[in-house]
Amino acid sequence: MITSTDATTASPHHEKPTENVDERKWWMGVLARAATQDFYALNSFIPPKEAYRLIKKPEIGTVMVEARAGGAGRRFNFGEASVTRCVVQLVSGELGFSYALGRDKGKAEQAALIDAILQSGDAYVKNTIFSILKTIEKKHFAAKDLQSRKAAATKVNFFTLVRGEG
Amino acid sequence: MSVAPLIQGFSDPILGSQAIFRSILDAMAHPGTIGAIDDSICGTPKDIPLAAAACLLTLIDYDTPVWLAPEFMSMRSWLAFHTGAPDAASIDQTRFALVSAQSSSPAVTDFPKGDDRYPDLSATIIVVCTSLQGGRPIRLKGPGIESEKIISPQGLHEAFWTDVRANNSQFPLGSDIILVAGHELIALPRSITCEEIG
Amino acid sequence: MYVAVKGGEAAILATHDLIAEERRGDRSVPEVTTAQLSEQMKLATARVMNEGSLYDPSLAALALKQAQGDSIEAAFLVRAYRTTLPRFGSTRPLDTSEMAIRRRISATYKDLPGGQVLGPTYDYTHRLFDFALMAEGETAPAAPIASDPLEPHMPRVPDILGDEGLMEAEVPPDGDPAPFDLTRDPIQFPADRDTRLQTLSRGDEGFLLGLAYSVQRGFGGNHPFAGEIRMGEVPVRFKSEELGFEIELGDITLTECQMVNQFQGSKDKPPQFTRGYGLVFGHAERKSMSMAILDRSLKNREFGESVDYPAQDEEFVLYHSDNVEAAGFVEHLKLPHYVDFQGELELIRKIRKEFDERQSEQKAEKAGEAA
Repeated sequence: MITSTDATTASPHHEKPTENVDERKWWMGVLARAATQDFYALNSFIPPKEAYRLIKKPEIGTVMVEARAGGAGRRFNFGEASVTRCVVQLVSGELGFSYALGRDKGKAEQAALIDAILQSGDAYVKNTIFSILKTIEKKHFAAKDLQSRKAAATKVNFFTLVRGEG
Repeated sequence: MSVAPLIQGFSDPILGSQAIFRSILDAMAHPGTIGAIDDSICGTPKDIPLAAAACLLTLIDYDTPVWLAPEFMSMRSWLAFHTGAPDAASIDQTRFALVSAQSSSPAVTDFPKGDDRYPDLSATIIVVCTSLQGGRPIRLKGPGIESEKIISPQGLHEAFWTDVRANNSQFPLGSDIILVAGHELIALPRSITCEEIG
Repeated sequence: MYVAVKGGEAAILATHDLIAEERRGDRSVPEVTTAQLSEQMKLATARVMNEGSLYDPSLAALALKQAQGDSIEAAFLVRAYRTTLPRFGSTRPLDTSEMAIRRRISATYKDLPGGQVLGPTYDYTHRLFDFALMAEGETAPAAPIASDPLEPHMPRVPDILGDEGLMEAEVPPDGDPAPFDLTRDPIQFPADRDTRLQTLSRGDEGFLLGLAYSVQRGFGGNHPFAGEIRMGEVPVRFKSEELGFEIELGDITLTECQMVNQFQGSKDKPPQFTRGYGLVFGHAERKSMSMAILDRSLKNREFGESVDYPAQDEEFVLYHSDNVEAAGFVEHLKLPHYVDFQGELELIRKIRKEFDERQSEQKAEKAGEAA
């Protein structure tokens, strides 16, 4: 299967082997979870159509979700989930990928473009986009936190009733 | 940094794969007829005939292991990228293969032939010829052919047709073959008989 | 034998229009939107996702709308759509201990680490109609919000007994093998645990509920405890072959149930608590509990227990739990069986004639004897 080195030697497309993979995983995760409206803030970074090619047009497919028996045991195929993916190539050569749950093709293309742009090496662009992504991420964490606090309000506080002295 | 553009797969994945599937289906249903692939339908890696690339792009996916002969390994990452197909761990675990007509090894009979309950679990082998015309004439007979059909592919090794006959004698088991050259293809399902003329 | 009957085309086209009209109903009533269904009917869409075996809440909502709420018809729509989609691969196995918990209870331990978090449940409602819901513009009261979120670490209840060795362990087999996939290969018997769990998770809730009930009523050997039920969101991870590394695709809502059963021991297995596991898409507790009860029931082979009742018979349970398959076969009876029936009719007439002749012979004999 494709590894970074395979791709550089065996095919015309490239992966920068020295790239910070953890950073890329982070921004791809934020983009995957971002809602359509979150992308408005990134609009100015989306290049015009002439500046990129669609290597894989946004495509809806599925992934088979695996789980473990008992939560930690033997793997089983649980069920499928819809996923949209897209691969773009900027005229400058960077390949951008996006994979996200759901069937949003517009978001898929935009996310792939941002992924490509973030690999271009321009520090200003990267820092600006990062700060927007961090805002999106904060919003997501705040929503999670609120949901957890609503659940916490339904947490039972057991207390023992002590009968009065006879 | 400027990088050569990535070689594309289908220009239109849905219409492209449907068109090629139709071509392969027609070729299988009428063995010996030459099917032609439109140039604009998909990209193909350097030195790989368009018809081979088109057939593989159409037929393989994440579920179908592929076996590539050593001379075609250069297309491995292109194929993995566009189809997600896994490499076959060994010849007897493969569902599709790409081989050169000139190589006598592996033989057609070395590939999976299916079993009595699931004859469809055999391999489909794409055989790259130098041309689909101008070679020694071969008489084909069988389902899909009204009386007989003469084909004359070029670039096949000496024992190719002996090998095919050995494969087809296992009917309903056995592999199916697609001969390709340039943008053309001829299908040889396991149901046909073949005989060298002259 | 099915008869090919011509002449129905116009009638069939008319049914498409009629059903569209039926689905819409009274036009002075606002049309239901899929957003309304995915927001306000989450428990219904969860069922469609499970039985259609595809996690996609908006698609499940569309299916319910198109099927006028018939959840099996909706599951059928989802399954059909699913067959048109390419599969990109398999995810990493989910880790439910990472769940962003919205509900988590245990009937086995009162004060468990992380606590009893009741969450959004109907369990404590009085089952009295709230007629205020019939009025429009109903404003739901705001749910109370605690000052702090839940503890991030909520251990699995079965793990609590861990060290004592009294709880059946759930560990992957050597090599952590890739699971069987019934969407690719037909089920063969005896079925392994991965096959059973995949089948149960897409099984009809009603069928599984009835079987689980039968187990509890004695048509099975297990008396289960609800060790834990948890509901919330879990991240989904996928290793893309093109990228060569793992990425997060987003989160899905799940309900997970761990049932705990007493096991008295056998020749080679010590007495211990044994487990049943239920996992479903969305919020669907009853289904997850039923699945967990049946998962344990179908472990009878592993525990050397006898198979006496339907819920222990894996062929019976696994073959009949898929409601799309079941509906297909039951409803196929609506196809023309005219020739079959004619054949039966002729046969009935013939043997009826023989029967009547025999009857009159016997009558004649009796009359003759009497004379």
